[in-house]
Amino acid sequence: MELLQIWKDALPVLMVGLKLTIQLTVLAVFFGSIIGLFVGLGKMSRIPLIKIPSVVYVEFFRGSPLLVQIFLIYFGLSQVLGHSVDKFWSSVAVLSLNSGAYCAEIFRAGIQSIERGQMEAARSLGMTHTQAMRYVILPQAFKRVIPPLGNEFIAMLKDTSLVSVIGLVELARSGQLIVSTTYNAFQIWFLVAIFYIVLTVLISEFFVNRMERRLQAGDRS
Amino acid sequence: MIVAKNVHKSFGHLEVLRGIDLHVKEQEVVVIIGPSGSGKSTFLRCLNLLEEPTSGEIIIDGMCLTDKTSDINKIRQNVGMVFQRFNLFPHKTALENITLAPIKVKGLTENEAIAIARDLLGKVGLQDKESSYPDQLSGGQQQRVAIARALAMKPKVMLFDEPTSALDPEMVGEVLAVMKDLARDGMTMVVVTHEMGFAREVGDRVLFIDEGKVIEEGTPEQIFGNPQNERTRSFLNKIL
Repeated sequence: MELLQIWKDALPVLMVGLKLTIQLTVLAVFFGSIIGLFVGLGKMSRIPLIKIPSVVYVEFFRGSPLLVQIFLIYFGLSQVLGHSVDKFWSSVAVLSLNSGAYCAEIFRAGIQSIERGQMEAARSLGMTHTQAMRYVILPQAFKRVIPPLGNEFIAMLKDTSLVSVIGLVELARSGQLIVSTTYNAFQIWFLVAIFYIVLTVLISEFFVNRMERRLQAGDRS
Repeated sequence: MIVAKNVHKSFGHLEVLRGIDLHVKEQEVVVIIGPSGSGKSTFLRCLNLLEEPTSGEIIIDGMCLTDKTSDINKIRQNVGMVFQRFNLFPHKTALENITLAPIKVKGLTENEAIAIARDLLGKVGLQDKESSYPDQLSGGQQQRVAIARALAMKPKVMLFDEPTSALDPEMVGEVLAVMKDLARDGMTMVVVTHEMGFAREVGDRVLFIDEGKVIEEGTPEQIFGNPQNERTRSFLNKIL
């Protein structure tokens, strides 16, 4: 039962990393989906002043590696401001911005998948475009984007491991620290992997499945 | 009530409407017939600006739709529209479908809107279906809810865009019956349809449209009994 002892010894440190990983994920997903909703709407706008920045934003954060974005925001911002920025919050910012770009595409696809007749029916009743979006289109679109949004959240959870490069001790980094002193590489990395798997299963079970069930009203066919 | 003058509509190089004129008096029921692709649905959709005419003028109840300064949302409240594919909101019950616009657009309280909606559901014979979702209703029932939804805004004009074309044959009658009641109550209506029986029985006037133009216009007796134009005759021969 040497393995259990190794795991037991590792647990306190891993728990600290786990907590940080969860914090980063929750915040990134929260801000990312808000950014994504508005940028997604922005990409569909007919006003160039809204549409063009939205397109550029998505292309930038989807088109460059997250690792580069992390360096850019943390070191770049520190250099421009002349003092070092907070590691945690610059990580939250960069993860949110990155997630926002993916969420924007997910929301745009969801909104555009709603039949044209829904918008026409709402407008023909005298609703403004905004009212039609809010009361008719978006509630239907939200239901359709839950599965792809769930995938994005799972991807984000795993991507939080990248912020270890600027010295944040999240779950992966905490494992690395333990391995570097104990050399129990296999046992520790295996446990770290299990931690991630448990978290992703929790997301898909409690978030995606439950939300899908809850939003199934009116969609029984 | 409705005046359309020289309405043109092009999609790119395709000219769908080539100058259509229409005057509809209050309480009049005008039926538009014509082959598919003739532009009849496009014209109807111009009447509440779901399609924007390329040129021409449309005035409803004294308000000019085609004037860029007019408030289209305000005008649309007076123009009810019923679609071929119902377009009910699938995430809302029959009752909520009807109350949504009166509450959000007209600012009615929920109780006021519910009272109106229940009354209208009774009129279309669906008082027991108020908590059903659209996909729990048959096509005919959905279309009747859609009519009630449009009526809830108390429009002055109702537009029907092939309201029975997506229905199974046995459900056509129930929807036409509701429309007949509406006509009898004095609603001003413009109906695009292939239901010649309805046109004959309920229509005050029939327009035959082909290739984006009004080919012939007259009472149902004139159009169905003694069509003057060769194209009208050949169209009626094909479908009757």
